[in-house]
Amino acid sequence: MSTLTSTVTSPTDVTGRAVARWGGFTPTMLGIELRRMLRNRRTIIFTLVFPAAMFFAFGGQDGWDEKVGQGNVAAYILVSMALYGAAMTAAAGGAMVAVERSLGWSRTLRLTPLNPAVYILTKALVALTMGTIAVTVVNIADIIQGKPHMPVGTWIACAVLTVVCTLVFAALGVFVGYLVPGENAMQVLGPGLALMSFLGNVFIPITEGTTMWHIASLTPMFGVAEIARSSLTHELPWYAVVNAVVWLALFVGGAAWWMSRDTARV
Amino acid sequence: MTTTTAVSLRDVTKNFGDVEAVRGIDLDIEPGEVVAFLGPNGAGKTTTIDMLLGLSQPTSGAVEVMGLSPRDAIARGLVSAVMQTGGLLKDLTVRETVAYVGSLFATTESVDEVLARAGITQLAGRKVGKCSGGEQQRLRFALALLPDPALLLLDEPTTGMDVEGRRAFWGEIREDASRGRTVLFATHYLEEADQYADRIILVSNGRVVADGTGSQVKALASGRTVRATWAGADVERLTALGGVDSVEVRGDTVHVHAKDTDAVARFLLGETDARDLEITARGLEEAFLNLTGVQQ
Repeated sequence: MSTLTSTVTSPTDVTGRAVARWGGFTPTMLGIELRRMLRNRRTIIFTLVFPAAMFFAFGGQDGWDEKVGQGNVAAYILVSMALYGAAMTAAAGGAMVAVERSLGWSRTLRLTPLNPAVYILTKALVALTMGTIAVTVVNIADIIQGKPHMPVGTWIACAVLTVVCTLVFAALGVFVGYLVPGENAMQVLGPGLALMSFLGNVFIPITEGTTMWHIASLTPMFGVAEIARSSLTHELPWYAVVNAVVWLALFVGGAAWWMSRDTARV
Repeated sequence: MTTTTAVSLRDVTKNFGDVEAVRGIDLDIEPGEVVAFLGPNGAGKTTTIDMLLGLSQPTSGAVEVMGLSPRDAIARGLVSAVMQTGGLLKDLTVRETVAYVGSLFATTESVDEVLARAGITQLAGRKVGKCSGGEQQRLRFALALLPDPALLLLDEPTTGMDVEGRRAFWGEIREDASRGRTVLFATHYLEEADQYADRIILVSNGRVVADGTGSQVKALASGRTVRATWAGADVERLTALGGVDSVEVRGDTVHVHAKDTDAVARFLLGETDARDLEITARGLEEAFLNLTGVQQ
């Protein structure tokens, strides 16, 4: 009974009501969102364990210590695997947006002061944070292994570029999340991104100028991979930048198109 | 300004393409009223509630909640709602869900308090996906209590609840209303509307067809039905009897809907060769169907 009388204000008191600050953004919400991601076993395996395992599989191959730009082959592979891991986390985060909409969670949030743009911004922050964690995990695993070698500045530059590049895949995640309803988006995104990584010159180097290479240069991982490694290789071909920008536009456009179709029935 | 109307709808319509879901609703609800929005599926109840919540815009007309636009009222935590289904994340715990939503409002009740009020304190640590339909419904109720809203909208609130849960839920709602909270709930359960609402608004085909207390609405469709076997029934004489609403003849059987069925029975048995008389009360269910025109 005491719980019933403890309410201080009368519900009819309209004047004393404040509007939430920051469009409704709070650390509590961000904290719970991060905890959700870290609790999801599938996300952890695909994003944190798998990339590190891939590095150990490919990073120890013959010629790992050959020189590439400012570092060695192992460093080149390290950046590639970190990109793959970060892309996976971002895609997983993006797919969650679509899943949450299909569950009607967005409708629940619409009944709060939370601004929809702030919601997307929070999701982007979660994706970037998870991307950072994924990149850090791969880097730590590789430092322990001891083979990669590049200047510290390059190391950091590559990591930051990688995290930024993953926003392309956050958009892809939203897009796929709508195409594959329910919670199965990761089943498509997992193998899908692995395939794109093979095609996009991320896992295995493809000889420049071959037919395979020409096909590869058109796939979505190719551009961002070149950008992520540019600080190491000191090369950034124009077509890689075009590739990254075009795929970003396509994924964002696709995601935005689905979302706008969806808002009609929030 | 001092006596702000809780809900005000002015000539509100809503079309979805060619479909007219709401065809002109005029409505005022005063603070502290408990109002049932009663009607069959597709009557326009949910569409109207969506407009009150600012989830959709009326095609024409004006909607105000606590004297504000619906979005403004929501931004200030003045209005909240319990939806029928969905709207929850399965991988969050009950407590996390309440903490998450609560953090979005400028001022809120404490997490523990709303859990207690909704009767789910013992479920706090459970994943939402592992909760039963009734438990999830109570969680939605807890979320709706967070901003201590002046207006609470409930869309088929007791779906999935057992009898006990239903009673506890309505006890809590009545308690709230006595402290000044306005409650508008959509339902197609007649007893629920009759038992818990001060006022019943009957909607059908996007229009308000009746508006009053439970007994007023019931009186609109009061009366009983006399059924008898009477070959060659004299419809004209029957209709001329006082208190007869309608007469239907199906073959040798005649159905008479009337307020004074005793007089009809007396007439049929005394002055005609009608036999096999049967008198049935027209239940609320039938009254409801009559008013909303579902039978046709």
